[in-house]
Amino acid sequence: MDSRPDANTTAPPLPPALFDARCRACWMVAGLVLLTIASFWSLDLDFAALFSADSRQSMLRFVSEFFPPDFSAPFMKKVAIGTLETLAMSLLGTVIAAVWGLLLALPAARTHAGDAALARTPTRLVLNALRSIPELVWAALLLISAGLGPFAGTLALAFHTTGVLGRLFAEAIENADPAPAFALRAQGVGPVRVFLYTTLPQILPQVMSYSLYRWENNIRAAAVLGVVGAGGLGQLLAFHMGLFHMGKTATILMAMIALVALVDIASYLARRWMTR
Amino acid sequence: MTAHPATRDPAWMPRVFWTLAAVVMLYPLLVATEFKPWLLFDEQSRKSTLRFLADFFPLVASGEFLIMVAKETWRTVAIATAGIALALVLAIPLTLLSTRVLSISALSGRMAALPFVLRQTLRMALVVLRSVPELVWALIFVRVVGLGPTAGVLAIALTYAGMLGKVYGEILESSETHASATLLRNGAGRLQTFFYGILPQNAAELTSYTVYRWECAIRSSVVLGFVGAGGLGQQMDNSMKMFNGGEVATMLLVFIALVALADAASAWLRKELG
Repeated sequence: MDSRPDANTTAPPLPPALFDARCRACWMVAGLVLLTIASFWSLDLDFAALFSADSRQSMLRFVSEFFPPDFSAPFMKKVAIGTLETLAMSLLGTVIAAVWGLLLALPAARTHAGDAALARTPTRLVLNALRSIPELVWAALLLISAGLGPFAGTLALAFHTTGVLGRLFAEAIENADPAPAFALRAQGVGPVRVFLYTTLPQILPQVMSYSLYRWENNIRAAAVLGVVGAGGLGQLLAFHMGLFHMGKTATILMAMIALVALVDIASYLARRWMTR
Repeated sequence: MTAHPATRDPAWMPRVFWTLAAVVMLYPLLVATEFKPWLLFDEQSRKSTLRFLADFFPLVASGEFLIMVAKETWRTVAIATAGIALALVLAIPLTLLSTRVLSISALSGRMAALPFVLRQTLRMALVVLRSVPELVWALIFVRVVGLGPTAGVLAIALTYAGMLGKVYGEILESSETHASATLLRNGAGRLQTFFYGILPQNAAELTSYTVYRWECAIRSSVVLGFVGAGGLGQQMDNSMKMFNGGEVATMLLVFIALVALADAASAWLRKELG
């Protein structure tokens, strides 16, 4: 009982020092603060202009030009077609990406311990390259060979998403339970049928959920992809904004925001329904 | 079916049905997206593609160009960092004002009407900020403040304020409220409660999400360059419009390296910060 220190005589423990030379997190936070200061210092940011009376006026004029939004029937029809085009681009892009992702995931995965997996590193490099170039940059690149329009946008979504899904699928294949595959392989079943009958059924739920998740992302991406000329709502937006049709621009922006919000709500409801 | 019943696929009918259904549903998609892959291989587009690709080599690696690329790469990182910093300035107060764990009236049953309306309004504001894509914000700000990094920083700040605010709110609300509720009941202020009851248990998760978003911001700051918000994207857009394949290839490689670096840095930071 006496071994416990007396609360009255021992000083309460000091709080840890704010900065400790051996604490790596402290150095990191200091580095981040430095990076932020350097960023603000090196960019020629012009916030003064943003809040000047002059720019406030131009901003007000800019916003007031949005009204009234153009709700005339022929233009609404154009917006509806643009919205459908956006949805079609995202869905087709995701489907193509899911197929290619699965095809590329096979060489990118070590399917069993005895697998030499010679193609694993090069395939993963390709997938990483596909993944690290954003959809919009792909679209700008593909415009040269696919021309203006939704086809370039669809391909751009497919390229980027193939990289993302391929990597996720490869990981799913590597994490699948190896026992059923081993049982079939021991019976002398060929690799294609081993994949179709043991690995694929195991990873199918993950394949579906990753693809749905990417589709959700791709709808959002497809809405703006057209800004470089790759079809959908974005192309309409860039066109009418370039011609200063501000009423029409406002309508397109509303359609875009509504589309994104709808996708958000649908995904939230679907998630709640599935995890219930 | 002539196969022996034991070897027949029991699910063949649904399989055939769903395959056919998928093909039928695919057709309108192909029409709507003007999906014509053969166009890629017709005379004209093949020639321009091949010329552009052949231009990729040799990469442009003159000293002057590389210095320009290095400068633009730094600007890309700086736009993302400054944007995230401003987003935090906006997101933290909005989170504190909109989270229900700091509500005093909610301690005893239902939240009072006025605070409830205030919190829901702020939450709606976050949703609106988030649901306008950053590219659209950038297009708007390029009109208002002109071409250059200011538009990019503002676009990232607004969109990411919405994203950070929403997820911060979710993290705080899913935390253990015993400590914070006790502090509030005993008369601690809301800020005191936040710093002593809520922040300690959530600090790691909040930081790691912020660092992850910083990585995403670097990627989107390149994209924003395509609408004139400065940085690597703007230079890439210029070179693409001039069909200068060599410059495009160099910048693509630099960009891939930048993304990989940000990826690694963010993974390391997140591991280090717990």
